[in-house]
Amino acid sequence: MENRTDDKNTILCRCEDLTREAILDCIRAGFCTIDEIKRVTRAGMGPCQGRTCRLLIAQELSSYYHIPMEEVLMPTFRPPTRPVSMGVLADAWKEGQSGAAENGGKGGTA
Amino acid sequence: MIKDTEILVIGAGPAGLAAASAAAFLGASVLICERDDAPGGQLVKQTHKFFGSEKQYAGDRGIYIGRRLTGAVRENPQIELMTNATVLGIYDDGIVTVLHDNRHLKIRPQKTIVATGAAEKFLAFPGNDLPGIYGAGAVQTLMNVAGVRPAERVLMVGAGNIGLIVTYQLLQAGVQVAGVIEAAPKIGGYLVHASKIRRAGVPILTRHTVCEAFGTDQLEGVRICRLDDQGQKIPGSEETVACDTLCLAVGLTPLTELCWQAGCEMAWIRELSGHVPIVDENLETSVPGLYAAGDVSGIEEASSAMVEGRLAGLAAAGSLGYRPEQAKEEILAARAELAELRSGPTGGKIMAGLARMREAGKTKGGVFVC
Repeated sequence: MENRTDDKNTILCRCEDLTREAILDCIRAGFCTIDEIKRVTRAGMGPCQGRTCRLLIAQELSSYYHIPMEEVLMPTFRPPTRPVSMGVLADAWKEGQSGAAENGGKGGTA
Repeated sequence: MIKDTEILVIGAGPAGLAAASAAAFLGASVLICERDDAPGGQLVKQTHKFFGSEKQYAGDRGIYIGRRLTGAVRENPQIELMTNATVLGIYDDGIVTVLHDNRHLKIRPQKTIVATGAAEKFLAFPGNDLPGIYGAGAVQTLMNVAGVRPAERVLMVGAGNIGLIVTYQLLQAGVQVAGVIEAAPKIGGYLVHASKIRRAGVPILTRHTVCEAFGTDQLEGVRICRLDDQGQKIPGSEETVACDTLCLAVGLTPLTELCWQAGCEMAWIRELSGHVPIVDENLETSVPGLYAAGDVSGIEEASSAMVEGRLAGLAAAGSLGYRPEQAKEEILAARAELAELRSGPTGGKIMAGLARMREAGKTKGGVFVC
C-alpha cells in the first residue's frame, strides 16, 4: 500500500479536488460503490461529471475488494451530461409555457 | 418547442460525419449535434498520414480527411449540422435535450446514432494536479489547432500510437522531448512511429512509470522508476527527469454516458478499453432505434470509426424504409470493409473484444461489488 503523504498529494477527482486519501478513507469506512462515494464526497459531480475520476475510483474499488473491473458497479447516469445554468433552464420553461398557451394549453412541459 | 428529425447523430467526428452522409445518401434527413464549435472531432488536429486501406483514405493526413467528411456533410441539403450543441440527455419518451448557444433545446428523433467518441484516461500519482500536466489530446490541440507551443521540455507517458505521434509533433514544433516512458514491456504503437522519434534521439523506456511529479507553482520535474515483470515498482530504480510538461497518453475509454442514460445494456470489455454498449451487427444497441458507432462502441482507429459510422447511418436510414435494397447491399459492403480493417495484426484484439461483447449480450446481469 502507498503511504498517506503520497495519497494526500494524489488527486483522483479533479473537479471536486478529492485526493486518493479521501477516497480510500471512504472505502475503508465501508462505502463500496461509486455512487455511495459520490454521495458522501461529490466525486464525479463537477463539470466533467466523472469522466476523469470514474475509472480511477473503480480501480481503487477493484483492488480493495479484489474484484475484476467488470464487476465494479457503475454509478447511475442521469441528464444533464454537463452543468447547465438555471437561467437556461428557466428560459426553456418560459418558452414551453408560451408554446403551451398557443396550443390552447395542451402540452408545454419545459 | 420540440424539433423533429428523422435521424439524430450525436458527435461530428469521423463516425458521426460518415453516419450522417450515409443516412442522407439513402434519402433520410439528418441532424448532427456537435459539442465543439467546429466539426471533425479528433481529425482536426491529426496532421499525420493515416494507414489502412485506400477506401479509408490511407496516405492522407487526418486533418484533410476531416475536411473532406465535413465538406460532404455541409454540401448535403439533407443534413443539418449544429455546432456548439452538447447533448445533455436521452429520456425515456425518446426526447433528446441539447444545450446550444445557451439555449435548452428538445429534439424528437426517430433514430439516434451515438458517435460521441472517447475520453482520455488519467493517472493517479502524487503531484498529478500540478500545472503543466496535460492529456496528449490537449497538447495536440494547443499545437495543431491553436498554434501554441505548449512546452519547453516534455516527458511523454505512453508509447501507444497517440504518445508516439504527439511526441513527433512536439519535436516538429521545436519542443524538447526528454523521453517517452511506457509501463508495458513493449512499445504499443506502430514501429514506424517509434523509429521516427528514436532516430531523432528521443529514448523510449519500456517498463517505466511515473512515481511522482514535483514543482512549486508548476511542474519542474518528474520522478520515474522501473517496473518488474509483475508491473511492480523496483525500489532504488528511481530517476529524476527535469521537464515543465508531462504529457499523458495512457489510453482512451469510450464516452458512453448517453448510452447508460438511454438504458443500453453495457459490458466492460478490456479489449475495447472500457464499458461499451452491446450492439448487433448493424451497431444497434439493446435500445431499439439507438445505434453506437466509432470509439463509443470500443476504442479503434479513425478508419474503423468512419466505416462504423457509415454502417450505422445505412442501417438507421434503411430501417426507416429508405431504399431498402440499396441499404442492404451497402450494409454488406460496410461490414466487409470492417472485417478487412480488423484482419491485420492489431485487429485480433478488437475481434476478441467484439466476440466477448456479443457473449456478454447473452448473459447480461448486474453484479454488485460487495
